[in-house]
Amino acid sequence: MSDLRRSLALHLGLLALLFALQFVLPAYHHGNLARIMVLAGFAMGYNIMFGYTGLLSLGHALFFAAGMYGMGLSVQHLDAAPLPALIAGLLAGALVSAALGLLALRTAGVAFMIVKLMFAQAGYLTVLYFGDWTRGDEGFVIQQAQRVMAGIGLSAPTARYFAALALFALCLAVTLWLVHTPFGRVLIAIRENEERARMLGYDVFAHKLAAVVLSGTMSAAAGAAYGLLFGYVGATFASVQYSIFPLLWVLLGGAGTVIGPFIGTLFMFYLIDLSSGLTTAYMLIAGVALVLLTLFAPQGLAGELRNRLWRGLP
Amino acid sequence: MLELDRIDAGYGRAQILRQLSLTVAPGEVVCLLGRNGAGKTTTMKTIMGLLPLMSGAVRLGGREISALPAHKVAGCGIGYVPQGRRLFAELTVAQNLEIGLRVRGSGAAVREAVLELLPRLRERLGQRAQTLSGGEQQMLATARALCVEPDYLLLDEPTEGLQPSMIAAIRDVVGVMRGRGVGVLLVEQRVDAVLAIADRVAFIENGHNLETLPAEALRADHGIIERHLGV
Repeated sequence: MSDLRRSLALHLGLLALLFALQFVLPAYHHGNLARIMVLAGFAMGYNIMFGYTGLLSLGHALFFAAGMYGMGLSVQHLDAAPLPALIAGLLAGALVSAALGLLALRTAGVAFMIVKLMFAQAGYLTVLYFGDWTRGDEGFVIQQAQRVMAGIGLSAPTARYFAALALFALCLAVTLWLVHTPFGRVLIAIRENEERARMLGYDVFAHKLAAVVLSGTMSAAAGAAYGLLFGYVGATFASVQYSIFPLLWVLLGGAGTVIGPFIGTLFMFYLIDLSSGLTTAYMLIAGVALVLLTLFAPQGLAGELRNRLWRGLP
Repeated sequence: MLELDRIDAGYGRAQILRQLSLTVAPGEVVCLLGRNGAGKTTTMKTIMGLLPLMSGAVRLGGREISALPAHKVAGCGIGYVPQGRRLFAELTVAQNLEIGLRVRGSGAAVREAVLELLPRLRERLGQRAQTLSGGEQQMLATARALCVEPDYLLLDEPTEGLQPSMIAAIRDVVGVMRGRGVGVLLVEQRVDAVLAIADRVAFIENGHNLETLPAEALRADHGIIERHLGV
């Protein structure tokens, strides 16, 4: 079987499995999986920038929050319906990522990481500063009545699960499309050797900017969907913690692999969930597990799969 | 004509090239010879726009390209194979070639022509670049530069660390390119390779010209090389 067919079989198989799971999972895990799929969309957005383009960012919470607040504020203050609110969230993410990309991409390496972190912190403080609009640290709830799209209440578990699955499938399809396009290959070339890509005649800045905007918009889509599906918009999602999470998810799952961000998100989510049921020092268990994984699978879980079993894994 | 007109260039405040002048005509192979640190690689990087000029000009077909950003210099038709190959290691051979082809919108015909020149790569199309041997990596780096359909080709020590059969293959490619009217600027440490393929040899020392001579003169009198390089 060719790599392309195997790849399609793997990713379609995953979507089919997630579809089927919704009929058999108990309510608790049903909700968890919906949350994981949305967060995996965030991680896949991060992966475009970090895994495929080689831009290490510690400020992706800004994009997630831009989508979440773009959607949430439209609902809260403009009485927008869910669909226009989602579009507002996407636009907010695209605009913020374009503006940030134009500024931050003038730096490179550690400086880029720090500039991104600073802007993300500025975004977080902005959310707190405009507390009259954003309700600051406390955040605000989006009522069930405000979460009805085309007559379907998105707060219902089944509808929420399918909406999360649809978002996840879209992010997966965009990432798969990206890695098979010449544009995606140029991003990988930039990650591998930026100077060489430039010497071949590629406008590295323009390609990186496009990657930042695509990554930011995908992360914003996840942020907007999270707020809409789970009915809460809060400053926590703009904090540095939500910049570190996608980095961990992607590293654990496998940077530069399509399926890695989902595996990493799933693994980390349940690692914390299960260990917190055993002890209050659950972060210690999570930390030890992460150290072991880093030692024995430095390329991440999907990265190791690629190294050991399937070299053509996208 | 690729022309360097009294260029000064370097890294930051450290000036490496001093009033260096050089020309490469279409279909001509010019070799830069000089001791380590003479400024050979710096010359290549300056042509490609990777280092800023302090003074002087780089012209291509009479048009000044010194002020262009690096990616536009490459788009003007200069292919560069840097020292150490620098492949896109995670991409396959086919994908590395595709990256080169896409720069100028070249199609399958160009790819086929390149693979005819370097047939060994055809057997490796699906293989990741990082798994190739040193010689094959050099072939791929050269092939990728050829995919850009360059009018001028800059090769920085292309035979470094290669076995004789690979050196011969690279030399053949340079010969074919010359036959097609491509100007080649070559940095090479192996004097035998230089004498076999160069039309002219430019000696540089401490970033400035010492002497530019026809290769025939060097073949006739080995003392010239000994005098300039001490070998």
